[in-house]
Amino acid sequence: MYAFDYARPESLKEAASALRRNADARLLAGGQSLVPALRLRLSRPPLLIDLAAIGELSGIRVENNVISIGAMTRHADVAASREVQRTIPALGRLAAGIGDRQVRNQGTLGGSLANADPGADYPAAVLGLGATVVTNKRAIAADKFFLGLFETALKPGEIILRVDFPQPLRAGYAKFRQPASRFALAGAFVCDTTSGVRVAVTGAGPCAFRAKRMEKLLAKDFTPKAIEKILLPADDLNSDLHAAADYRAHLITVMAQRAVAQAATV
Amino acid sequence: MASSRSTHTPASAGGTTLPSRSGRSTGGEAGDAARAAAQAPVMACSHLSLNVNGMPVSTEIEPRLLLVQLLRERLHLTGTHVGCDTGQCGACTVHMNGRAVKSCTLLALQAQGAEVTTIEGIAPAGGGLHPMQAAFHEHHGLQCGFCTPGMVMNAIDLVRTQPNLTEADVRSGLDGNLCRCTGYHNIVKAVLAGAGAMKGQS
Repeated sequence: MYAFDYARPESLKEAASALRRNADARLLAGGQSLVPALRLRLSRPPLLIDLAAIGELSGIRVENNVISIGAMTRHADVAASREVQRTIPALGRLAAGIGDRQVRNQGTLGGSLANADPGADYPAAVLGLGATVVTNKRAIAADKFFLGLFETALKPGEIILRVDFPQPLRAGYAKFRQPASRFALAGAFVCDTTSGVRVAVTGAGPCAFRAKRMEKLLAKDFTPKAIEKILLPADDLNSDLHAAADYRAHLITVMAQRAVAQAATV
Repeated sequence: MASSRSTHTPASAGGTTLPSRSGRSTGGEAGDAARAAAQAPVMACSHLSLNVNGMPVSTEIEPRLLLVQLLRERLHLTGTHVGCDTGQCGACTVHMNGRAVKSCTLLALQAQGAEVTTIEGIAPAGGGLHPMQAAFHEHHGLQCGFCTPGMVMNAIDLVRTQPNLTEADVRSGLDGNLCRCTGYHNIVKAVLAGAGAMKGQS
């Protein structure tokens, strides 16, 4: 690990001003991706700004069929939340399947989104549910948030405060887990709302994306059978030692079908 | 990575770079170190206060010190093991504010103000073993023992969050702990027995 300075601000204002003063600083949330990246010397920030002492960034609140989850809320707390289980059970199950339990005790929603790992679970839920990422500067619609490999719409100086998830009619999430890393080789979040169906895919492309052909078919017939013949083009999908692009293309359909089946039983 | 601590401490402790501190010409290895220190940002040590196994700890550390390094190298609590060193194997599992976390994937400063419990801190004060340790002993839940501290620490937290564990819960709950000896069978038996014993105790 390269040496760095460390700050632990106790208010959002302090954190924002530290970030403004040091453009190359990085925000530290749970650190479950950032600390390993620092250890591998993949990242060399001059300053880490730890958000752990800012109480207002944690917590879960339900209001008018919108569930708001603070950026520093741990995966384990989302998984255990009665409000989440009551309003969006698929989101709770997704959180319960991230990494392993030690990682879930430390990792955070905001950290996962800001990092935008191509295999992370939360991006599928945020995009699938059509959530809104609220920062200290603005509200960003999920459709505009994920731009590419580890790339988001976040601008320098921007800090994620919370994510607002609208309550769907029904939703489901299924992933095929890489057993060592526990990241998704491919995962699909399927969500049925009064304004249509959304299908978000993670693990398979550079970042989470929507499978719009599936959405159209599912809007007419919300069954696994409706999308069984869909095979997404493999050209833009990831290929690595764990899975080739065509295998991932196949997995997307299987995972989306499982997610629909899960949503239909809720 | 831990060994770099000693080369950085003199530079950072004084808040200035090595060459100006030493005030003498340097060459060879010392010169390289001085040049490296001059180029690197000068790191102030940060103050860390926490409780480890109920004892207050207050110390100055480099921000890049990991929690597991603090425990093993500064506090000599070597019961917490480093296995894979990449956050996969769980041998370094400790409790931070009662929750199982991987101490090789946490900066020590992330434990600021926290209650940290290691394997050394779980046995009752009067002697003897924690019920979970006793269950691992009784059910032969280990062979080489390297993964055991992490297994026991994660298992205790698992029982606290899910008191009525099934075998499937134990297997999925121990997902973040790898054992290369036992095939897990006796570990699962031990955790189920330990869960029963912990319930009987509370």
